Amino acid sequence: MIVGELKALSDIKSMIKGCRKVLVVGCGGCVTVCQSGGLQEAETLARLLALDSPDMTVESLAVPRQCEWEFLEQVCPVIGGYEIVVSTACGIGVQAMNEYFRDFQTVPALNTRFLGMPVRHGLFEERCQACGDCMLHLTGGICPVARCSKNLMNGPCGGSQNGKCEISREIDCAWQLIYDRLKELNQLERLLVLQPPKDWSQSRDGGLRRMAREDVMLDDRE
Amino acid sequence: MMTGSNLERVLQTGHFAVTAEIGPPKSCNAAFVNKKAELLRGYADAFNITDNQTAIVRMSSIAAGVLVKEQGLEPVIQMTCRDRNRIGLQSDLLGAAALGIKNVLCLTGDHQSFGNHPQAKNVFDLDSIQLIKTIKDMRDEGRFLCGEELKVKPDVFIGCVENPFADPFEFRALRLRKKVEAGAQFVQTQCVLEMKRFRPFMDLINEQGLTDRVAVLAGVMPIKSGRMARYMQKNVAGMMVPDELCERLEAATDLREEAINIVVEQIAQLREIPGVRGVHIMAVAWEEVVPEIVRRAGLYPRPTNLD
Repeated sequence: MIVGELKALSDIKSMIKGCRKVLVVGCGGCVTVCQSGGLQEAETLARLLALDSPDMTVESLAVPRQCEWEFLEQVCPVIGGYEIVVSTACGIGVQAMNEYFRDFQTVPALNTRFLGMPVRHGLFEERCQACGDCMLHLTGGICPVARCSKNLMNGPCGGSQNGKCEISREIDCAWQLIYDRLKELNQLERLLVLQPPKDWSQSRDGGLRRMAREDVMLDDRE
Repeated sequence: MMTGSNLERVLQTGHFAVTAEIGPPKSCNAAFVNKKAELLRGYADAFNITDNQTAIVRMSSIAAGVLVKEQGLEPVIQMTCRDRNRIGLQSDLLGAAALGIKNVLCLTGDHQSFGNHPQAKNVFDLDSIQLIKTIKDMRDEGRFLCGEELKVKPDVFIGCVENPFADPFEFRALRLRKKVEAGAQFVQTQCVLEMKRFRPFMDLINEQGLTDRVAVLAGVMPIKSGRMARYMQKNVAGMMVPDELCERLEAATDLREEAINIVVEQIAQLREIPGVRGVHIMAVAWEEVVPEIVRRAGLYPRPTNLD
């Protein structure tokens, strides 16, 4: 999932300064699961923004997914009454809102943090960097691109000690995890293969990424 | 094929090699580099110029290496993967070789969070093993990483580092093997303070026949005080500092003398270990003690006129 984290209230307040009618739009997707931007959080944020601001009316709603045009249609009937929209979706939702509702500005209430998962209740951790060229079959299902601080391809650097990364004792060394996992799978020999330089053109480095699925594209006439 | 590197000649002719480190200044002060070069002249076969070590911005290793070379010393320039992508690394290698640099040491590089610009974006387009292979292919095959031809090949002696004190221990020797297969000709180890761990590491790489293919330069470091030793013991990832060493420094009345004694003893022990073909002295910000260490270790004068 996409993991998002609520910005400081003061930051959000400064974005909507001077506005009297504010709509907070939540999202029923990833940010609901990570409890930072679903309907409940949008309602709470609306109440917090209205607090100490008697001149400001803040209301809230949520759509099932803010990153799809068809769900944004649901906002059409109500948006006319507001001056600005605060989105509690990820950065994709905020951009979708800005593209769809060109007469309104939608501002972000969250910082989109990473692609990850809850490793335990309330603790989310990064798992994928969307590099565009998955190599998890080579590394025992543990991603060195997302989880090694230096995204190394050929094993741990000299800073790996007692299973931890050199940058923090709170962070597991991804290559220690890979080593242990490959040992479990009886595939340690994989570590002896010289991994050639990665093709980063499939990652963000290649510019804006698009994926065309002609097999599912609808004809313009439909 | 020899590269014209003095360090390579010293190793090839069977001498026990000595290298020392010169850390460039946090400014463009050439006199600082020249002064260190002057101090260390004749006490090592080559001088390692660090590349923004611990991610602190300093004069570039290639520029400082050229200054050192102008002083008549042979530089080993360090290249880390943190700050440059494959375009920058290959370009800088060509530049370094054009300026007469004969030795390159390839490292991953310390994470930028340790340095003075923790907000920086890191690169790590290549890792150190991929960098070694890239440089080897440029030199031996005359090919850039992309496969395009390169007319005048960079004639450099290729080094790497390995840390026997990092984990997983069993993998450290295998990682060195990968580096050797990628093209590393010499390896500089993390400073050896714990012989109990270094000996089994050397056993492992001897068993694999690696010491026939790569010259091992064991790292040593004079430690200024017991407090510094304790700090390293607690806080520096990838270092092993035994209690006895800390206690010895804590009990010392003449710290400089004791620090030098310790290193001289370590060098004597390292020389006895099969496969160790030299030492790399990392006297970080304490270069002034290097001449005395080299003399007292019986490694002075350094071999000359090896042609």
